[in-house]
This record gives sequence, C-alpha cells and structure tokens, in this order.
Amino acid sequence: MRDEFISGLLEIARRDRNVLLLTADLGFGVLDEYRRELPDQFINVGIAEQNMIGIATGLAMEGNIVYCYSIGNFPTLRCLEQIRNDAAYHQANVKIVSIGGGFSYGQLGMSHHATEDLAIMRALPEVKVVVPGTRNEAKAAANYLYQTPGVQYLRLDKSYATDQVEPHEIDLSEWNVLRKAQEVTIISTGGVLEEVIEAADMLSQRGVEVGMISARNLTPHDFKSILEMFAGSKLLISVEEHVRSGGLGGLVAEIVSESELKIRLIRLGVLPRNISTVGSQKYLRNLNGLTAQKLVELVLSNRITH
Amino acid sequence: MNSIDLAAKIRLDAVIMTNRGNSSHVASALSIADILGVLYGGGLKVDPQNPNWPERDRFILSKGHAGAGVYAALAETGFFSTEKLLTHYQNGSTLSGHVSHKGNPGVEFSTGSLGHGLSVATGMALAIQRRRENSRVFCLMSDGECDEGSIWEAAMFASHHKINNLVAIIDYNKIQSLDTIAATLTLEPFEDKWKSFGWNVTQVDGHNHEELEKALSKQSNKTSKPLVVMAHTTKGKGISFMENSVLWHYRSPQNEEFEKAISELSGDK
Repeated sequence: MRDEFISGLLEIARRDRNVLLLTADLGFGVLDEYRRELPDQFINVGIAEQNMIGIATGLAMEGNIVYCYSIGNFPTLRCLEQIRNDAAYHQANVKIVSIGGGFSYGQLGMSHHATEDLAIMRALPEVKVVVPGTRNEAKAAANYLYQTPGVQYLRLDKSYATDQVEPHEIDLSEWNVLRKAQEVTIISTGGVLEEVIEAADMLSQRGVEVGMISARNLTPHDFKSILEMFAGSKLLISVEEHVRSGGLGGLVAEIVSESELKIRLIRLGVLPRNISTVGSQKYLRNLNGLTAQKLVELVLSNRITH
Repeated sequence: MNSIDLAAKIRLDAVIMTNRGNSSHVASALSIADILGVLYGGGLKVDPQNPNWPERDRFILSKGHAGAGVYAALAETGFFSTEKLLTHYQNGSTLSGHVSHKGNPGVEFSTGSLGHGLSVATGMALAIQRRRENSRVFCLMSDGECDEGSIWEAAMFASHHKINNLVAIIDYNKIQSLDTIAATLTLEPFEDKWKSFGWNVTQVDGHNHEELEKALSKQSNKTSKPLVVMAHTTKGKGISFMENSVLWHYRSPQNEEFEKAISELSGDK
C-alpha cells in the first residue's frame, strides 16, 4: 500500500507545487524517488512529530497542501494535540499518513502496534479517517486527500486484499460492498479485508454465502446509506486490527443502535491481553481470532438458519 | 494610535475584561501590553480593514492565556468594535479566555495549549520565504512555555532552514503558574540556549517602547538566522499590587482591587 500511495502522491505533487511531503525521519528507501524528483517539495523535519504537525499547519495556512508521513502511532498519538488544536481547529490542509496500521509491525513490539489510532482519530470531529483495504485504494487515497479540504488521517497497512477495480474508479468516501448483505455480513476495515475475502470464499465452497463490506473510511457522512447496506442481515461481524472499542466495531454499534434495525453485532478486534504480544501480522491475527479460518468457524457457529 | 497610548488602552481593557469575566491571567496580559502596543501601534504591517491582506505580517500569540491583551489590541486598532470586548468570557462569546480566531477578525491563530505557536509560526514563515515574499512572522511566547520540548524542536528547525523572516518574542517575566521560573525549572543560561540553537538573540526591556521598536524593526535582523527578542518584563506591569506576584496569574480583579487597579492605570496613584 505504501508504494502505491507514494506513487499516487508523486503524480499529484508533479502537477501542483503547493503539495509538500513532510516526514519525521522515516521512509528509508521508500521516499527516494519523490525526493530525487521533487526536492523542493520534500522536508525531513527530523524526529519531531509535534513540530512536524505545527510546521505543516503553518505551511497549510499559507496555501500549501501538506502530507505528513510517519509510521505506527508516531504521526497521531505523539502529536495528537497539535492535530486537534492546530491542524483540525484551523481546518488546515494537513494530511496525516501512517504506514504500519494494526499489526503491520507486529514483531517490533507494543510501541509499534497501531491498535488504538482509529478510535482516537475518529474522536476528532474535524478529522476524516481513511483506511484502504487494497493497494489501488491506497493509491486513490493520495488523490482523495488532495481533493478533500481539511485534515484527514490515512492509515495504511502492510497487508492488502486483491484489487477488483482501478484507482480512478474508487470513491473512498463510500464503503465498498463486495458482496451484498446476507444473514451474516462481515464488515472489515484495512488490509484484514484479505482474511474476510478468504473466509467468504471458504464459506461459499460450503454453500454458505455471507455479505462483505469494506469500511474504507471510519467517518461516513451518511448513516442511512450504510444502514441500507446492512438491510436483510441478522448478524454483523466487524473485523479490525484495532482494539474492539471505538474503531470500526464501535462505529457499527453506534450506527445500528440508533436505527430501527434489529441486528446482532459481534465485534472482533485486538484482545487486551494480546496488546504487547510479539509476532508477525498473521500470527497476531490468529491470536486475536482475525484469520479467515477463525471467521469461518465463527460464522458457522452463529448461523441461525441451516 | 501611538504605541504608548495603545499599551495603556490594552492594560485598561484587560483589567475590565478580566473583572467582568471574573477570569484569570490579567497579570499575563499586563506583562505583554507594551509588546502588543509596539506591534499593533505600527510594528506590524497589518490592515484592520483587510485582516487577510496577503502582504500582512503574521502575529501568533503562543501564550494564548493572555488572549485578552490581543483582543484589546485588535479592538483598539479597529479590527472589531471595542464594545465586543465586554463579551469576553461571557456565555456564547467568541472571545474565549485563550485566544481564538473563530469569529474574531485579526486573530491569526488560536492557541491555549503552550508550546504550539512557534512551530506554526515557523511553518508560516517558511511558506512565505518559499514564495519569496517579504512578510514577517512574529510569535510571542511566555518564558514558562519554553519548558515545552516542542519549542526546541521548532527552534532547531527554524535555524536549520535559515528562516530569517521569523521573530520570536519571549515575555520574560520570570514567573510561571505556580512559582518563579528559577524555582520551577530554570531557563538560564537562556540566551546561550537560543544562541546554541542557532538564533540571533536581542535582549530588551519589554516595557521600553524605543528598545522594543528597534528590536522588532525589519532592520534588526540582516542575517540568515531567525531572531529571538528576549523581552524582560514585569508580570502584572502597571498595577503595583499585581507586579511580580504569582497570585495574579490566576486571581481576578474584583471590588476594591478592581477599583484600585483602574485608578492606578488612570494615573491617580
């Protein structure tokens, strides 16, 4: 996702010299092409995320569109107040990009597990939260952020699902219905979509069809269209590499509980006891019940009609 | 309005506003009244009729708790009506205790949490420099605020990038919220710190308008370095019983204290 996003950004920055890329000293190797081609539109601010957001806000208030790049929790939690008071309150064109959502950096330990970022960023009213599930969505995100005024948080992931459509066909302001709602509908956010698709295929082979929705943003402008996506389901399962409260599961709970729909919701996510466990993204998914196999078992054990 | 008269108005307004609002930080506003007087009395290139004039100088009050002083300066120089000052701290007002831009023409940037202003000012100054324009960016900070690490992140960045259209002003009154700077977290050798971070440093009496005018003038910095003006000030300046008193960081002037403050400012001491 990272490479696709950067290539998307490079295309935009070539056309608009007001586009700037700031990094807090991360992106080794990844940002080389951009730096080489557009040195005047690139600043490594050093290892100083609070200053990065402040500088970005100042630059944005003077007419620039500023992407702030870092990994894990560094461009969000480390500088949360700068995002809230400086960038968001002033509706500055500051685009916060973190690679390494969820367990992308699972082996690096707790400091690098971005597992509360969605809830925290979603709580800021002026900030849009964008979470691609595929590489083309990551590429489309570069342009979506460019076109959307104000502050967005883009959470990229090491893993990704297979693309069905080209970047220009993707509208990240809408959730993506991959398979329409069934008795059981699975909603996921981010690259863990690959597990959901695999689970749905395995279930399909057993004659069980499930609905499948990719929540590509966690700040939907309209709950009504999302409720329409849920219509006909008796059970929703939310899947995210994130703690179970406040992120996707929290959002779905908010949407459903304020509606007339009577749908049960199972929220899957990171279990508190596993927050500091070290391991690969796959290993940590398995530990938290977020793999295709675990999803299949969960769906089969929770179906009402057989 | 000349800077001396403006500073006097700012002091009077600040005392009235904090009295009516029953609000804190009157001493913090009094501390910077002369700096604001010099800036809005001609030091800053701004146009009250056109607050977003692209060629204006930018001013950020990073010590947002002294917002009453900036609101007063803006109202007294015609950015909005002086009657509006009486809404300070009132229900539904746009004039919050900590300075906010929303609904208040002339406020460049909202602050209130310390340590934010210098980074934003640096970003603005960098953008202006990249456009090869001549506006300058001023950032007024408190001394206690320099406890925040983000100030020093910005200080490193500004000197590394040779942002010489940036002027930081430190309201060096040597008192922070609970105690003196010296007793809390010493800043000295303060000048050496800024110099070692690659800044030009000028020390002035923060209540002497001639010294301030000279230090803040465009001619004061002809190098590639950013400039910090360390303005030695007296917290609560102008009201005898508030001067150099930790108490008046939070205390609001009420009843006899209010009347005494007004009479001192009115010159009948």
